[in-house]
Amino acid sequence: MFEFLKKQWMKNKYVYIMLIPVLTYYIVFCYIPMYGVSIAFKSFMPQKGIIGSPWIGLQHFATFFDSYYFLRLIKNTLGINIFWMLVGFPAPIILALLLNEIKSATYKRITQTITYLPHFVSIVVIAGIILQFTSRNGLINEIIAMLGFERIAFMIKPEWFWTVFVTSGVWQNVGWDSIIYLAALSGLSVEMYEAAKIDGANRFRQIIHITLPGISPTIIILLILNLGNLMNVGFEKIILLYNPSIYETADVISSFVYRKGILEANYSYSAAIGLFNSAVNFALLVVSNSISRKASETSLW
Amino acid sequence: MSGRKSIGESIFDATNNVFMFFMILITLYPLLYILFASLSDPVRVMQGNRIIFAPSGFSLDAYKAVFKNPSILSGFKNTIIYVGLGTCINMLLTVFGAFALAKKGLYGRKLFMFIIVFTMFFNGGLIPAYLLIKSLAFTDTLWAIVLPNAISTMNLIIMRTSFHGIPDSISESAKIDGANDIIVLFRLYIPISIPVMAVIILYYAVGHWNSWFAASIYLKRRELFPIQLILREILVLNNTDNMMIGAAVTDAQPIGETLKYATIIIATIPILIVYPFLQKYFVKGMMVGSLKE
Repeated sequence: MFEFLKKQWMKNKYVYIMLIPVLTYYIVFCYIPMYGVSIAFKSFMPQKGIIGSPWIGLQHFATFFDSYYFLRLIKNTLGINIFWMLVGFPAPIILALLLNEIKSATYKRITQTITYLPHFVSIVVIAGIILQFTSRNGLINEIIAMLGFERIAFMIKPEWFWTVFVTSGVWQNVGWDSIIYLAALSGLSVEMYEAAKIDGANRFRQIIHITLPGISPTIIILLILNLGNLMNVGFEKIILLYNPSIYETADVISSFVYRKGILEANYSYSAAIGLFNSAVNFALLVVSNSISRKASETSLW
Repeated sequence: MSGRKSIGESIFDATNNVFMFFMILITLYPLLYILFASLSDPVRVMQGNRIIFAPSGFSLDAYKAVFKNPSILSGFKNTIIYVGLGTCINMLLTVFGAFALAKKGLYGRKLFMFIIVFTMFFNGGLIPAYLLIKSLAFTDTLWAIVLPNAISTMNLIIMRTSFHGIPDSISESAKIDGANDIIVLFRLYIPISIPVMAVIILYYAVGHWNSWFAASIYLKRRELFPIQLILREILVLNNTDNMMIGAAVTDAQPIGETLKYATIIIATIPILIVYPFLQKYFVKGMMVGSLKE
């Protein structure tokens, strides 16, 4: 056994050396925090450290489920994501399909370059743009007033938050998200289209019967990944945009964990909620992957 | 192949082209608006954000104020440091990891692969990560910025797939000539993979340039703040008090608006200039990473 290992080391010495910093990184920054999640089951006291803090089992979880804000957080987290799935998921597919039909290669490339642009703008700037444009005298309200309607105080009215959040998300990412579909589209064989044309199919039917089935593996994989993230709303954008007057529609699980844990230093309680969130996400990922594996042949693993 | 187009097809093509034009407009306009407003006379901008199509009353006051402002300047300096150092660390580790995972016949490869990929699906969450950084005493240092996300597993997989596609004959003939793995990696694999490397470097660099959250929770000293955190102060927290150093009190108010716009432009321009050149590599990079294995 020892001889075997020694031989492997001699053969690939440098590769193993390369792996040392890589694995160190993963162990320190990924796996140790996974162990650290155990504070979710303890009443963590920094002075006593993780091992020294008393075990309280599922008490934090019980407190969370019983709290008055539990349903609100779940509602917002799921609601924003479902809204996103309905609007933000199909949009890049449609854009990719339409872009694919553009005859001029130059026009196609120019449109692509420009629509990718907002993806590279930082979320802080995006939030700044949103706050500026939705303000009383901001661009959006100027247009609304010009059309004769009354100005809307977007960012303090709870009912507008989901719309602002998802719409701005689509604006920022529809171009970038369409890349992967365009890549899949470019992989479809031209012969199938030729055959369909000979059979008399017009472009619309070609799209339905050749293009869509052709990219359906890509669509399904991305759908699985999105479903696996259903309980995961990126908190960076939420934190930048929300304020107490719209907590009832803007506060999601991750932003709550941030407030409770980082700002209020309620470490084990927020760690428990974070763990709950990760666990649900993981379960959703596994479920949607197996559903997809049974229903079609495409799956993540 | 028939060259005739039906009326329906012609209408579709025309509508499609118009739609794309609309997409271009709606993508560009908000950014152009900010550009124009940043170049406008501060007083006019204060009077009302009317819909504008060109700078109203051309003025470089906002940009002058930006370059005089110590917080903004230090923000840029810090961001450049974080981007430079961070991306170097990122690339070194990612390249090492990708090369190792692509090495055929490496004993333990499957195990290493599992250890690494598993982290994509499950992690400890924000609070344990925060406590870890605190316990490592990295709080309020640049290590809290460049180390926590040193490797993006997604990027590692993309690079690994690319290395995997390089024929073994190349490394074998180099080994026969006496090269070891380090030489194979740096003299052969990396030069061959320049397109993928360029994309990954861009991903990492942009990630660092745009990052603000880690800085907001780990950094206390203002002189370490990256530019996005300063931007957050002026754009989101609406806190221009710190920015008014150097401007007369009467100038303070109007400058506020255009200063915001000018800082946005300066913080975003570097990326906007760089990325179009790498655009053609994106699609390749995406395809390599997602469609194989």
